[in-house]
Amino acid sequence: MGDTPDSHLARPAPEPIPDPGLEPHEPRPTDVDEKAEKRAERQVASLFGLSMVFAVLFCVCYFALKVGNHPTTWLGMGASNVALGVCFGLALLCIGIGAIQWARKLMGDQEIVEYRHTAASSEEDRVEAVSSLMKGVAESGIARRPLIRNSLLGATAMLGLPAIVLLRDLGPLPGNDLSTTVWKKGIRVVQDVDGAPIKPEDMVVGQLVNGEPALFFENDAEGEPLYEGVRLQQAKAKAAVIIVRMQPDDITPLPDRKNWGVEGILCYSKICTHVGCPISLWEQQTHHLLCPCHQSTFDLANNGKVVFGPAARPLPQLPITVDSEGYLIASEGFQEPVGPSFWERG
Amino acid sequence: MRLLTRRISGGLSAKRRSRFAAPVVLLLGLLITGGAYAALAPANANTKTDDATTIAKGRALFLVGCASCHGKNAEGILTVRGKNYGPALAGVGAAAVDFQVGTGRMPMAQPGVQALQKPPAYNADEIEALAAYVASLGTGPSIPSADQYSGKVSNQELVEGGEFFRTNCTACHNFAAAGGALPGGKFAPSLVGVSAKHIYEAMLTGPQQMPVFSNGVLTPQDKKEIISYLKSSETEPNYGGFALGSIGPVSEGMFAWLGVGVLVGFAVWIAAHTSRSKKKKEA
Repeated sequence: MGDTPDSHLARPAPEPIPDPGLEPHEPRPTDVDEKAEKRAERQVASLFGLSMVFAVLFCVCYFALKVGNHPTTWLGMGASNVALGVCFGLALLCIGIGAIQWARKLMGDQEIVEYRHTAASSEEDRVEAVSSLMKGVAESGIARRPLIRNSLLGATAMLGLPAIVLLRDLGPLPGNDLSTTVWKKGIRVVQDVDGAPIKPEDMVVGQLVNGEPALFFENDAEGEPLYEGVRLQQAKAKAAVIIVRMQPDDITPLPDRKNWGVEGILCYSKICTHVGCPISLWEQQTHHLLCPCHQSTFDLANNGKVVFGPAARPLPQLPITVDSEGYLIASEGFQEPVGPSFWERG
Repeated sequence: MRLLTRRISGGLSAKRRSRFAAPVVLLLGLLITGGAYAALAPANANTKTDDATTIAKGRALFLVGCASCHGKNAEGILTVRGKNYGPALAGVGAAAVDFQVGTGRMPMAQPGVQALQKPPAYNADEIEALAAYVASLGTGPSIPSADQYSGKVSNQELVEGGEFFRTNCTACHNFAAAGGALPGGKFAPSLVGVSAKHIYEAMLTGPQQMPVFSNGVLTPQDKKEIISYLKSSETEPNYGGFALGSIGPVSEGMFAWLGVGVLVGFAVWIAAHTSRSKKKKEA
């Protein structure tokens, strides 16, 4: 091996520590003692047997323990889930431990040495591989027949077209939906869940109300709900608001937002401008609204400004006023898209 | 006798510079003062008294236990930076006092971002007197009566209570009412095991960072439904097994990674130990 092309390089220094070689093999108790061997055999078999027991127990628990409206309980937990999980887990574990015990105590454990092969194939194999490849190229005539080659390439490329067309089934394009909500002038702001309208005098300083537009609780002329099903969920996902009341002196509205509130009552979108989580963790003393997903924090006394976290835009504010009956209504719709940023919004 | 006296005083005198001397003297002083106070302090009146007497008693208690932060007339004290040291109490109402003192949050053990729940420092009569005094300063929500926060509700009301809870409460208090974190070391406490009255009062008065849910919007009936839902979910079994505190990925992730660690350790242990024998196999 001394005549390799690299022989002009300095020879590597000899190993500073001599190869100690393998220690002499020492037998295990199970190799020399027949009793120990029998004992290990019984242990392995018992573990496999135990696994069978747990598998059967699993089936017994499946039928014996009640699920549904009145489940069997142990220590305040659903017995069926706990028992099924524990039985199946132990059944697997016993097979695993048994197999390991088998390998450790009984299977051969002579230390062996296996040297690595060189990575490359032999020179003859490589020459043969290349020559058969070239033969194939010549026989197919792919270089000589550009018509076939190019039409094959075209056919393969065109297979991508159906895949792209199928993307259409992901649904209609959103159009203007991302930029608009159902809020517009005159819609009452009502409490979520029961749809109760809100009078300013019913709210005290420090109060938070989770609100929705009254449309979601109204029926059309035929007595059917105006919004229901998927349409309701889609509209609700953008229209949810929170209404808070603060000391009017604490609020510092922008010049064009001076009449957006009623006696310290302000209304903001409930959808975080980061990735759209619903937020209503409002600290009434600091006026901060915290998003539980990524800790974006908005100052509701200061026009929804971002004071912490990854959100890039202030929380959109809904201008509100009171109607002739004294209930809170939107005086306009949202002035900007609610929720997270999106491509077309820039 | 003289010898004995001299020996004691001599011994004490010799030990007066010991590093234990000061703490021992302090401890003795405290024990004597405390013992004397317990023995000589006027017994608490157990009989119900009229309003004026209750308010007067409440004011006396207030001046001792609360005035250092809230001011002698509960007008509040500001810090030099203009923040609340102790807020003004006119108009907070009896319900706020009953909640804050009844759950041990007030008096605070030390200033901090949040008053912590602890065993109440006052008994029921004293809390009533304090509440009467604070209520006399200005109108505010009064302590709810038992029929407002407890009693049977229909299944439909229970379901609506759950909807109110998920809409208004879970953002801070977690879907299983296990509590959650807020900025700056504050947190929303767990609602499990909190008495129905205190939950009602907390919604009504908005203690600390919690927003108010006034009766004008979230009606007493709504509040009762929420409380009934909470109480009924406390008795529900954990159908899925160990809930791990119901705080979601934090405890679940920790449990999973610890489990993986234990399994890795077990695998290493298996591979590391194999007993060997000096005996040779008999041919």
